[in-house]
Amino acid sequence: MTSTAAVLAQQGDLLVKPEVEWVAITPLLVLVGGSLLLLTLSALTTRRPRRGTYALFTVLTCAGAIIASVALWDRVQDPARGEFTALVGALTIDGFTVFFSVLIALSIALAALVADDYLRREDLEGPELYALMLLSGAGGIVMAMANDLIVVFLGLEILSIALYVMAGMHLRRVESQESAIKYFVLGAFSSAFLLYGIALVYGATGSTNLSEIAAFLSQNVLESEGLLLAGFALLLVGLGFKVAAVPFHVWTPDVYQGAPSPVTAFMASASKAAAFAALLRVFFSAFSNHASDWRPIIWVLAVLTMVVGAVLAVVQRDVKRMLAYSSINHAGFSLVAVHANTERGVAGALFYLLAYAFMVLGSFAVVTLVGRRGDAAHDVDDYRGLARERPVLALAFTVFLLSQAGVPLTAGFFAKFYVIGAAAEAESYALAVIAMVTAVISAFLYLRIIVTMYFAGDEAEGDAATGRHRVAIPFGAGVSLAAAVAFTLLIGILPGLVADFARDAVPVLLSAAP
Amino acid sequence: MVDTIVFVLAALVILSGALGVILARNPVHSALMLIMTLFGVAVVFVAQEAHFLAAVQVIVYAGAIVVLFLFVIMLLGVDQADSIETEPIGGQRPAAGVVALASVGLLVLLAVRAVQVSSGARSTSSALDGEGTNLEKLARVLFTDYLFAFEATSALLVIAVVGAVVLARKPAAEDVQDRKGVGALGRTRSGSGR
Repeated sequence: MTSTAAVLAQQGDLLVKPEVEWVAITPLLVLVGGSLLLLTLSALTTRRPRRGTYALFTVLTCAGAIIASVALWDRVQDPARGEFTALVGALTIDGFTVFFSVLIALSIALAALVADDYLRREDLEGPELYALMLLSGAGGIVMAMANDLIVVFLGLEILSIALYVMAGMHLRRVESQESAIKYFVLGAFSSAFLLYGIALVYGATGSTNLSEIAAFLSQNVLESEGLLLAGFALLLVGLGFKVAAVPFHVWTPDVYQGAPSPVTAFMASASKAAAFAALLRVFFSAFSNHASDWRPIIWVLAVLTMVVGAVLAVVQRDVKRMLAYSSINHAGFSLVAVHANTERGVAGALFYLLAYAFMVLGSFAVVTLVGRRGDAAHDVDDYRGLARERPVLALAFTVFLLSQAGVPLTAGFFAKFYVIGAAAEAESYALAVIAMVTAVISAFLYLRIIVTMYFAGDEAEGDAATGRHRVAIPFGAGVSLAAAVAFTLLIGILPGLVADFARDAVPVLLSAAP
Repeated sequence: MVDTIVFVLAALVILSGALGVILARNPVHSALMLIMTLFGVAVVFVAQEAHFLAAVQVIVYAGAIVVLFLFVIMLLGVDQADSIETEPIGGQRPAAGVVALASVGLLVLLAVRAVQVSSGARSTSSALDGEGTNLEKLARVLFTDYLFAFEATSALLVIAVVGAVVLARKPAAEDVQDRKGVGALGRTRSGSGR
């Protein structure tokens, strides 16, 4: 990038307009454009649109983004054309970009379907949540395609600031407000860490561009590495906060619990995936020369994250908090795959993130429905007798929970299998063993919820007498749940489809555009 | 020589301003002291020939942000002083003292050892050398190398506007329920009928 600036400086006052590869950012343009269109149209129409219009629009926008991504996939996988950097080296367009575009667009669509009835139920109807979700998702995609630390930071901010607002959207629930404030204050704090890390890495290498950083580090040996290593550490703090790695996880239970349930679903799937995308882009591809420096830190983070997530999940009573801690445990598993630092490890992480996105979206969709009006019925006892009341819903939840536990024939089994396989291949046997032990610990938690749903239904009549009503399953959430179950089982039975997709999506590092 | 004098004076202004921010009893005084600190930083920027940054420092930070602080302080009421006698978390203050001492120790250590880390020599980057003014070069980089980043910030502005509208809106739950005459139970039941 400095080369471009130098060329321009030689040319004097003439500003050469940089080439903009529009095709590279089509998924982004679709999401942002859809969001702006949604806001404009809803501001121009005076009448309330028919129910579900906003959600339908959001789903169609996401479908558009997925179609654009698939077109990009064909171009990227075509050996004749292949991967490319776009916009003066600021973005890398490769299989990795497309993978996360698809993952995030799917998450938005499924979360929007759940949000549709939720917003009506809670008297919060309006296009804002959908618009923010689309923008936030666009930020996540920016993180996945970033080839520059500044762009990583901007993507993270676009993702996060929209999430802060969404977390506080339920204006009548104090918990929602509290979670927004907590998330905002801690998130801003962690962004500062990330930014400081970027500054230090820039100081040590002389560039913010990932391709140039990698080139610099491969050609030079630093006399004193202090600056670079401090930069690594601070970058890990910033990104570790977003993926909810212990010890940067403290916000997770409170925010997951307080945020509106459909927003939590989006947060746990898309936001976590985007943060991992940035982590892989920065550490796996740009800092691969210094893997011996950052791998031990990831090792410690992975172990702490898995153990703390699994152990604290078991002692919770609130189902949303349980799922929050279990999401921390899942983040630990993905970190195991990152630690492997091999192509197989990265493919395992991608598989894990995609499989986990469906499980967690489905789980929080069930939580949204069981939460009932007020979004408050989240105690384990509120799931008592769900199997008799709503057998299909309970069955769907069982599938998601078993998948999270890693039972065969579900997506979670192969996700854990690939991750542990990658760890074993990288000869991190201790890590693989710890991962399996925490999987067993957290299985206890999932079984506890399942047992409550199926075998503790004797008091259901008593509950009915006290005025509790049946859980409603609206159409949108039903579609979302069905899709999540279908994907969870499909990936579990035919893992090859996604595994191939993930293997072709390992990030590549391209040298900067001439 | 002039550089050193300017630096020492600016550093004195910055540090006394920073101390003033945390020591002043009146929150308005704290905010004004913050302006002093920011002006001092602007002077340091000028000394480093970063004229654009100095201008931004004064206009955005001293101008816009501190004025925003003052707005908030005025809206909340200057007179309402929070009692700082009560300690919400026991043992917080001694712990804070220990951490502060440790931080100061680290900083001193860093300053002593920094001679090895940063020699004062020019860093590897040299993007902003050569012809042209500071501003011109910034603009050039902004519209070429960092074009995408520059444009992506527009998404942040949209989010800020939407977020402000959403969060400032008054909840209208009671009105809605009164008008339709449907309670919590009725609404959810009608929803389940589909």
